Amino acid sequence: MADICSLRDAVAAHVHDGDTVTLEGFTHLIPHGAGHELIRQRLRDLTLIRMTPDLIFDQLIGMGCAAKVVFAWGGNPGVGSLHRLRDAVENHWPQPLEIEEHSHAGMACAFVAGASNLPFAVLRGYKANDLAKYNDRIRTVTCPFTGEELAAVPAIRPDVGIIHAQRADRQGNVLIHGIVGVQKEAVLSAERSIVTVEEIVEELDPPANSCVLPHWVVDAVAVVPGGAHPSYALGYYERDNPFYIAWDAIAKDREVFTRWIERHVLGTRDFSEFRASIDGAGTGGAGP
Amino acid sequence: MSEADFTTDEMMTVAAARMLGNGTVCFVGIGLPSQAANLARLTHAPEVVLIYESGPIGAKPDILPLSIGDGILAESADTVVPTHEIFRYWLQGGHIDVGFLGAAQIDRFANINTTVIGSYHRPKVRLPGAGGAPEIADQAGEVFVIMHQGRRSFVDKIDFLTTAGYLDGGDAREKLGIKGKGPTRVITDLCILAPEAGSRELVVTSIHPGVSREKIRAATGWDLRFANEMIETAQPTQTELGALRGFLARTARAHGDNR
Repeated sequence: MADICSLRDAVAAHVHDGDTVTLEGFTHLIPHGAGHELIRQRLRDLTLIRMTPDLIFDQLIGMGCAAKVVFAWGGNPGVGSLHRLRDAVENHWPQPLEIEEHSHAGMACAFVAGASNLPFAVLRGYKANDLAKYNDRIRTVTCPFTGEELAAVPAIRPDVGIIHAQRADRQGNVLIHGIVGVQKEAVLSAERSIVTVEEIVEELDPPANSCVLPHWVVDAVAVVPGGAHPSYALGYYERDNPFYIAWDAIAKDREVFTRWIERHVLGTRDFSEFRASIDGAGTGGAGP
Repeated sequence: MSEADFTTDEMMTVAAARMLGNGTVCFVGIGLPSQAANLARLTHAPEVVLIYESGPIGAKPDILPLSIGDGILAESADTVVPTHEIFRYWLQGGHIDVGFLGAAQIDRFANINTTVIGSYHRPKVRLPGAGGAPEIADQAGEVFVIMHQGRRSFVDKIDFLTTAGYLDGGDAREKLGIKGKGPTRVITDLCILAPEAGSRELVVTSIHPGVSREKIRAATGWDLRFANEMIETAQPTQTELGALRGFLARTARAHGDNR
């Protein structure tokens, strides 16, 4: 039964130091607001899982929240590197970061296996490349019917699954539409789940085949308007591409990055204060 | 710049776009592949089916997406499916004709590195990683690669094998039971390369107008060979250039890119 509460209370209740946490959203509906709350609550030693780490993982890594990252593609889409991720891997700043690296196909199948309550995922993948050399969780399994050798990766079973969605109703039923990525699997594979939404509505009125997560598989629903910014929420707002471009210069320098987080994330009480603090700063929407 | 002039980047995108046939089902990487695939759709191949790994099938964006999952891809698509479905049903299911990829490093057998420069555990440069590429290159009918050519990208030995091309050459790929044909074309800002029959080593098959063999060799980290039957790439037509420039101008306006 979903508890409709503040994001602060949801994170305090469900996320603990040392947890394995997935924050999903494939370019669309990335839970930035929830990620900021993890930083504000000074969570430590997290294992962070995400197919496509982008700016919110850059921020969590740069603030020392993560001990390990499980991922397939880590970059600032269309712009370039994640400088905080790179600094952690290349120079161990602010602390060493363990990485477990996969392909998209492998991670997508591992999420499905987690949601399906299976121990591992099987796929035709990871063939003839170096990924398995550096990741001993990529193994093989032989088909008992044909003898074909297939790739196997362990199911993703996080302690906490966090996603952002368009809306929920007063019972906490959640509606997601547009690019849905592996968000449903991120919730269903996790022990506990937090969903931030743009708004709570009286009638969810879901179109046929839209992705609905019933209230009884979600632990907490928190209203965070604009909570996917600078990514987008289909039907609500567009992707803030200038922010992604501006992030490059902020993240490149350790001091500039730290000042930015202190001023805009640690120095604000919630995501709406964060949004107000970066508004109109004249630097591509990312604040000074 | 007059319509008769064109840049090496424009030549690359136009040459790559021409490779896609009308009706081809193409799994598109972000960046240069997406630019070329959409140019094909806006010119000679209006029925090309563009699939992006985030979930859109049959995307028809009127501006270039900055990311692999921009709203314009979902809104213009025939259907949008979950990400696992893209990889399991559509790619692994055998529905993709062409995988269109970019790369940071490539070697003479079209093996690709997008993971690290230097050692894995203490890299000089940490690159984004594999994303969808390994399985796209494995399972698409064939693969086109589009990338800038230079000594740092066309290397004698890649630092990490992210995505298999022809491995050590010859029939190494087939011996491992890999079904997809692999990279059949590499399109750069200088030329077009293709695997030579037998050895599967990349050789130059077409040189872009105004580019010398010396320049191509100088931009390659191995002793690059040229096919016996060489042609010059046809220069971009006014239609191609007009479509590309219009597309990029609309994109820059929409993304508010002031770089």
